[in-house]
Amino acid sequence: MSKLLAIFSREWRSLLVSPIAAVTIAMFLLVSGYLFYTIVITASVQTRMMLRMQQMIPQMNINDVILTPSLRNLSVILLLIVPILTMRTLAEERKQKTSELLLTSPVTVTQIVLGKYCAVLALYALMLGLTLYMPLLLSRFGVISWWPVLSSYLGLFLVGAVFLSVGLLASSLTENQMIAAITSFSLLLVMWLLGWAGAVTADSQFGTLLTNLSILQHLNNFLQGLIDTKDVVYLLGLVAIGLFLTHRVLESQRWR
Amino acid sequence: MIEADQLTKRYGALTAIEQVTFRVDAGEVLAFLGPNGAGKTTTMRILTGSLPATSGRVRVAGYDIDESPLEVKRRIGYLPETLPLYPEMTVTEYVRYVARIKGVSRSSLRQAVDQALERCALGQVRGRLIGNLSRGYRQRVGLAQALIHDPPVLILDEPTGGLDPKQIIEIRELIKTLAGAHTVILSTHILPEATAICQRVIIIHKGRVVAVDTPERLATQLRGAEQVRVALRRPTDALREALSALPGVMRVAPEGGPSSHGEEIPVWVIDCVRGQDIRESVARMIVQADGGLVELSAVAMSLEEVFLQLTTDADRAAEPLPDGRPASFQALPPEPAVDPHSTSAGMTGAGGAD
Repeated sequence: MSKLLAIFSREWRSLLVSPIAAVTIAMFLLVSGYLFYTIVITASVQTRMMLRMQQMIPQMNINDVILTPSLRNLSVILLLIVPILTMRTLAEERKQKTSELLLTSPVTVTQIVLGKYCAVLALYALMLGLTLYMPLLLSRFGVISWWPVLSSYLGLFLVGAVFLSVGLLASSLTENQMIAAITSFSLLLVMWLLGWAGAVTADSQFGTLLTNLSILQHLNNFLQGLIDTKDVVYLLGLVAIGLFLTHRVLESQRWR
Repeated sequence: MIEADQLTKRYGALTAIEQVTFRVDAGEVLAFLGPNGAGKTTTMRILTGSLPATSGRVRVAGYDIDESPLEVKRRIGYLPETLPLYPEMTVTEYVRYVARIKGVSRSSLRQAVDQALERCALGQVRGRLIGNLSRGYRQRVGLAQALIHDPPVLILDEPTGGLDPKQIIEIRELIKTLAGAHTVILSTHILPEATAICQRVIIIHKGRVVAVDTPERLATQLRGAEQVRVALRRPTDALREALSALPGVMRVAPEGGPSSHGEEIPVWVIDCVRGQDIRESVARMIVQADGGLVELSAVAMSLEEVFLQLTTDADRAAEPLPDGRPASFQALPPEPAVDPHSTSAGMTGAGGAD
């Protein structure tokens, strides 16, 4: 446990001092902030128009009109951003030959994988936490319902956790950071787009299968305020698979 | 302390090391000597458990590397050829980190770090980023990393690589202080270095063990081998063949470059059997053949030259070597060393080395 902690804190520190993480988080906040801004503006214009035309104001609330779309946007940005957070983790160790230190130390591969993973997960949690300004800001100007917000954040955290484990896997496969980033981005994109293929073939069983495999599908429930065990298990299962495969890859590298 | 038994490592069709067998006793300092690509690093990586052998077994302090890798790793400090340093960490942070993953307990952490830094003379740079350190300091950080958990076995891959002469001496002194309390294996391609710090030398070439002996004995044997250098105004092929046929002559090879007079006079180097003085017969033959003998001198082979010869001849080592070569230069039957000072195979009259 203390060795896992040592690997975690080293990774955490090196993430914090690396410019890559800082720039990545900044870009994430910039893009998500911009999208949030446009959604807020659009929503306020719409509301004003409806009021002027003395129409029946439909069941509009801040959660549905502003928060849910904004948080859904976050998940798309994460798709692009997470591969950059994880690309260094294992690829860099191999490139710098520091992996030799880990391999000759009395630590297990599990400790290495978990230590690294927890470090990027912590950074991701920090990054996600920084977007809490959105609901906080909105709650100053209107009434928002907090439970859906919480479930959305739980969903985003879990989806991010899946992305990170896929990214870690990609990083273990190569010693080139760029290749790691591109690989994990492609994998994530495919997992994301499975739902589209599912929608086309919606009436068949295969279509249902594809839809259920898509990450987006499972995130939707969380965004609507629904925490379903099925979704939680699915996402955690993906995390476990990613970490397990990473473990196997690291183990097998010794044999080459 | 360390037993390597018939280690073989293949990368596809390429054989990196083959049937490497040796034994190191506790407290001994042993050097792997060999040209680049001889298999020194591969052997060391197998010993440390960072690379599995294709076949063969390694036991460190009684533990098998495949069966209980963690027990072995706990007892080994390893300085790889490429230093495993994180440039974004300070020296203290890094050494602390290594101490923690090596399993140094929390209570003795501070003391272990201080001691390692002091031992490797890193006190002055302890707060600096590793990325900003000079090569010599980095090497010492690498050494501190290997020493941090006070392991009984140290495996150092080219510990003096890339250092300036003063630093080399410092590192050698440091390694000497480790002898006794630690078992040390180091690799080098510098012969005098092996002579300076090691009790025993293993010469590896093309993945095979070519010789095992104490540096002193290797050196005396090597010094015995001789060369005669002759400068001729009128060299002919017939003369060369006649010289090659002389008893005791092993090889006659032309040497490039001018002779010592600065004139363009062809020079031949005649390798001869150890212990036979052939200068007289060589001189007589050349004069009789009117070769225009200008210069004749005996060259005692330097350590490097014999080392080179040993390693270039190792390809032929499978069959018995030409007459009169020291028996210990033949491909050794793997023989565990009981006494570090009497390990050479086939030596006669080797008693009393102690």
